[in-house]
Amino acid sequence: MAIGIEHYLVVSIVLFLLGVFIIVTRRNGIRVLMGVELILNAASLNFVAFNRFLPNAALEGHIFAIFIIILAAAEAVIALAIVLAIYQQFSTVHLDEISNMKH
Amino acid sequence: MDALLPSLLFYVFAGAVIGSAAFTAFTSNLVHAAFSLLFTFFGLACLYLYLGADFVGLSQIVIYVGGILVLLLFGVMFTGHLSASVVKQTLNFKTGLVLLIVLFVLMLPVAFRTAWPVAQAADLPQTKSTISEIANLLLTQYLLPFEVASLLLLVALIGAVVIARGEQKEDETDAETPAA
Repeated sequence: MAIGIEHYLVVSIVLFLLGVFIIVTRRNGIRVLMGVELILNAASLNFVAFNRFLPNAALEGHIFAIFIIILAAAEAVIALAIVLAIYQQFSTVHLDEISNMKH
Repeated sequence: MDALLPSLLFYVFAGAVIGSAAFTAFTSNLVHAAFSLLFTFFGLACLYLYLGADFVGLSQIVIYVGGILVLLLFGVMFTGHLSASVVKQTLNFKTGLVLLIVLFVLMLPVAFRTAWPVAQAADLPQTKSTISEIANLLLTQYLLPFEVASLLLLVALIGAVVIARGEQKEDETDAETPAA
């Protein structure tokens, strides 16, 4: 059976849902970041797969995937800086324990 | 027989991606989760190459594996003692599991029942490199987003330094005030 667009969409759906699952259930801020990375990767896999299988003139899907990778890099840097600042302030990275405006 | 090997390759890559992502989601060890993410990113890079997206696949390896994963591991090591197995790691685990299954059942028909306007040439293997066309697009049609992205990276660079170091600076001034 030839690999069609549905195969990629299923991989992307599973990746997205695992990312959502991580974000919903995990307490650790860095683990939540990993979930966000999975979701961004799922989106960018969709873009590249659509670019491959749907009729289009140029490589717009690739361009979008590249911009998603750039945004993911910027997001990871900022979010990790925030997690480290939270760790300095509260001595924990568990997101459910961080409920004070000022420690 | 000729068509069997490429599809087998796809299933290997897809299995690696989904398996390692599931391991990231379900393991209780944070370091194991980070290293399992390595296989997810590599598998995705292989899927991009499989789709004929050579530049995206290589950027995936360079940026995700070389940059973001190292950054995540740095964060894991920096806040290391909290990831011990005695600490409760999850919240709403059963609710999350139910959400996972319900959303999967809801989203799967979207992939299979939608009539995608698939191009006929989709099954042909792509041998042409995409790099020169991406370069043309980035410097003509997508020049403004490209420049904005570079500005965004600069802002993220400076912002990360300010956020991560800001608290320390305040402590120094607090310590200096009584002495003066």
